[in-house]
Amino acid sequence: MPDNPARSISKAPAPSLLRAAGCVFWRDLAVAWRRSADVLTPLVFFAIVVSLFPLGVGPEPNMLRTMAPGVLWVAALLATMLSLRRMFSHDYADGSLELLVLAPHPLTVMVLAKVAAHWVLTGIPLMLISPVLAVQLYLPGEAMGTLLLSLLVGTPVLSLLGSVGAALTLGLRGGGVLVSLLVLPLYTPILIFGAGAVASSATGIEAGALLSLMGAMLALALTFAPIATAAAIRISLD
Amino acid sequence: MKITKYASPVIFYGFSGKLIPWLGALTALLLGVGLYLGLFVAPADYQQGESYRIMFIHVPSAWMSMFIYVVMAVAGAIGLVWKTKLSEILASACAPVGASFTLIALVTGALWGKPMWGAYWVWDARLTSELILLFLYIGFMALEASIDDPRRAARAAAVLALVGVVNIPIIHFSVEWWNTLHQPASVTKVGAPSIHPSMLAPLLLMAIGFKVYFVTIVLMRMRSTILLREKHTRWVNELLETKS
Amino acid sequence: MNWAEFFAMGGYGFYVWGTYAFATVVLVLNVIAPLRRRKAVMKMLRELSQITRGQVE
Repeated sequence: MPDNPARSISKAPAPSLLRAAGCVFWRDLAVAWRRSADVLTPLVFFAIVVSLFPLGVGPEPNMLRTMAPGVLWVAALLATMLSLRRMFSHDYADGSLELLVLAPHPLTVMVLAKVAAHWVLTGIPLMLISPVLAVQLYLPGEAMGTLLLSLLVGTPVLSLLGSVGAALTLGLRGGGVLVSLLVLPLYTPILIFGAGAVASSATGIEAGALLSLMGAMLALALTFAPIATAAAIRISLD
Repeated sequence: MKITKYASPVIFYGFSGKLIPWLGALTALLLGVGLYLGLFVAPADYQQGESYRIMFIHVPSAWMSMFIYVVMAVAGAIGLVWKTKLSEILASACAPVGASFTLIALVTGALWGKPMWGAYWVWDARLTSELILLFLYIGFMALEASIDDPRRAARAAAVLALVGVVNIPIIHFSVEWWNTLHQPASVTKVGAPSIHPSMLAPLLLMAIGFKVYFVTIVLMRMRSTILLREKHTRWVNELLETKS
Repeated sequence: MNWAEFFAMGGYGFYVWGTYAFATVVLVLNVIAPLRRRKAVMKMLRELSQITRGQVE
């Protein structure tokens, strides 16, 4: 790999914090670009889970319409969870996570950059394909905007909370199942408010209050989750 | 200085050994009197009849399930910051007891729900929160069990407990909101029994009894873990020789 | 009060006694588990110390 951004970090004498975070972010995107299957799998999973629901409960439009917000959000939750392993495990295996911990920059900011990359690679694609799947479930057109907005605000919270679970289970056997056990209970508020917002605008009720609550959760997660994740990474590397 | 004195495993081991029988007796006394007052003395509720007596187990268990999670998170935080061995051991000893109380609260809630709501499980806000709390406890124990090194296990689990304790109020609030939104019309909500002093006394006695029980069990659990962790020290070896 | 009435709990006997029975079982198991663990730990440590002593002598 001739133009590995990771190498250019170590060459630079003392990159500014913002530059270092940018490097981590772009490096994660570049790595994901080369392993595009890793990025696509959660998306395909999302599509399959949503498509399986009508097969399980029957194609009755009214029932599917009422179930659509919940099904879409649960599927998004599961798809995000499936992609959490990717966040740190490659870096843990090849040792670059240790370099990140030893770097002069605060680990919380580096973690935030990695979470941002994870969100760009999972949350945004999930959001972008969700309208197609929503149409499959007969979600009313008025709710489409709320669906996109709720996923836009909600999926970063999923990535942030998930990063704690991913960091805690680094290098453990059966880590994949364990992550879901740790992270899914923490996802309940986002699921409730996300699906609730979509459901209420599907029935013609203003969903702004719920979306702002989700925004508050995002602010909370942005402040605390990187600290917890950084602590968890340090513990896992001990 | 006193705290650091009791924080030393040797002193703690001896001290807790002396304390446990007394705490056990106190637990038996409190629960005995509480059960007597709750089952024999307290009158039947005019709305719920005799079935409200489930409350004397259900409500204190639900209180304990939340209380123990907070204790666990605080102990975990102290262990993370000051690296005190005892608080790490305390946090891990809390988890099974807390999970047990959560399970009791869930099962008794279901048993109370059947006569009150006509179904064993109703997606009631309190029951749903308890269910998620049980998942949090299980996650804590699963994480701890899957890490071989006890110190790393304790510290990782402590981080999880802290994240959980920040999330519990949010989960509770969200579940409550969700519950009011989806309240099915058919469910007739019987209000909480208006607490009469003759009902309050057994309730509080049971609650205090459960607290003392919790302290007793946690001390018992901690002593075994201390022995295991300190197995290469002189005092443990001396202890083994005097006892054999 | 007669005992049959007491056990019937006004028709709610199954639920009330089910509650108390379940709580008792769980709480008793929580007492037994640390006692058994202590026994196992003591046994293990004793064997361990015998092995190490055997190596020293």
